[in-house]
Amino acid sequence: MHTIKHHKADSLYTTFERKAPGAEVSHYCPGCGHGTAHNLIAEAIDDLGIQDRTIFCSPVGCSVFAYYYFDVGNIQCAHGRAPAVASAMRRVHEDAVIISYQGDGDLAGIGMSQIVHAANRGENLTIFFINNAIYGMTGGQMAPTTIVGQKTVTTPGGRHAANEGFPIGVAEIIASLHAPVFVERVSLANATKVMKARMAIRKALRNQVEKKGFSFVEILSPCPVNWKMTPVEARRWLENHLEPVFPVGNLRDLAKGPFDPLDRKKPARVSERRIFEILGVNEEEPHSGTVRLKEEQNVKIAGFGGQGVLSAGVLLANCAIAEGLNTTWLPSYGAEMRGGTANAGINISHDSIGSPIVTHPNALIVMNLPSLDAFEDTVRPGGAIYVNSSLAKRPIHRTDITPYYVPASDMAVDLGAIQCAGVILLTVYALVSGAITIETLQKVIPLSIKRKNLLDLNLRAIEAGIAWHRENCR
Amino acid sequence: MSPEDGNFIDINPQRCKGCAACVVACPNDCIEIGAEINSMGYQYARFAVGRCIACGMCFYTCPEFGAITVYKKPRKGA
Repeated sequence: MHTIKHHKADSLYTTFERKAPGAEVSHYCPGCGHGTAHNLIAEAIDDLGIQDRTIFCSPVGCSVFAYYYFDVGNIQCAHGRAPAVASAMRRVHEDAVIISYQGDGDLAGIGMSQIVHAANRGENLTIFFINNAIYGMTGGQMAPTTIVGQKTVTTPGGRHAANEGFPIGVAEIIASLHAPVFVERVSLANATKVMKARMAIRKALRNQVEKKGFSFVEILSPCPVNWKMTPVEARRWLENHLEPVFPVGNLRDLAKGPFDPLDRKKPARVSERRIFEILGVNEEEPHSGTVRLKEEQNVKIAGFGGQGVLSAGVLLANCAIAEGLNTTWLPSYGAEMRGGTANAGINISHDSIGSPIVTHPNALIVMNLPSLDAFEDTVRPGGAIYVNSSLAKRPIHRTDITPYYVPASDMAVDLGAIQCAGVILLTVYALVSGAITIETLQKVIPLSIKRKNLLDLNLRAIEAGIAWHRENCR
Repeated sequence: MSPEDGNFIDINPQRCKGCAACVVACPNDCIEIGAEINSMGYQYARFAVGRCIACGMCFYTCPEFGAITVYKKPRKGA
């Protein structure tokens, strides 16, 4: 009786549901190295008996569909982010065997920082890095690993080091870090080298099962279609051209990692009450539920960055929540932390709010002249405009909206801090619109202020707003 | 390729894309690309006569899943 010596690994499905015709073959091109690597990994999963606890992270690239083939746990990760996803799973699933399988565009291009930091943390993971010196799925563009002189779609004259730099040896970069326990580069150029790759793949997986730490295998792999060669020619080219640039061999094989991954400190359990305390959020938030809105409020607050525009918006939204109303807050600002322009849109309603965007506000609070110029025309007829007249020194030209000229910055300076101008304007808005009550504002403001020594100042700003309203609005 | 003849490999025509990686990998030239075309349009590999030693080189280089199965003949006296 003949015995079966080699057969398809059990951790690969028998048929693949992706393709209607040819459900028994992969989606890879003829002669692609991915299939060979898949077979070797699947065999190792079988032999280690870890199929039921393996999680396979597919990348973006040709191997994005690996989950159609591997009969294990699968997750498909954002481009280059597989090491981060794998790290997160590592922290919550101690006994899972987590494989991150990535190409060179994914790992060495967009995801370079992800892999370097995962390796540097010494996460107990196994990374298989398929290096075919090209972006395969998108049609053969230059990758970070493309060798000098190699013709690609984006380097039609061949990669020129002075223009595009040199190819990156990722295995060497990983081996320069302290934490990884196993780093090896292998090749799929011929049968002998495939067998060496097989050993490295098994070792890298066994390391993880034994909780040794971070193992990394770079697999030089043929891409016949994008290299514009037959599969046999591609393997020859891989051996003659890629291997001299990316020498195969072991770069590190430690018996023991530099630290025990199990020694990692676990976060202490924190009660919800304690989280509220840490965040400074009072569990017993004021909740009045007495306000009846005359109409849905679509508020826009605009000004310079640093004037408290966004903070005033958050304060208003928090007050609305405390009133038991529905609300949204959507900021819009430039890259500058200070001095750029900023605005926030706040909706307040008894009903569900469809969109957080405020295009035509019925209440506009402008903190400076450019904001008045920019947004005056967007206010809905019958709406109100609250002008910081200390900085926006012109009357409005619209006649169908009600203006309130509050010298808020000057009043704030008199109080002791120019930053509380927003609170003064907000107070006036609250009194005019009735959307929130002063009592709620006074109760919520301590929760919104990070620096508690400014609390008294802000409470006095509310008083100043009330006084201005009393004197100027009937 | 009768099982009685010795070691042999079975190539599933519907799983082969005719890349010839196995043809090159075989140390004893046991595999060739045939003239027949499978339903996907590939000229697939087939086991030709030769001294198969069941080394598995074709199996490990093959990029497809389950295209090749390697059979080993029984040991003498077994």
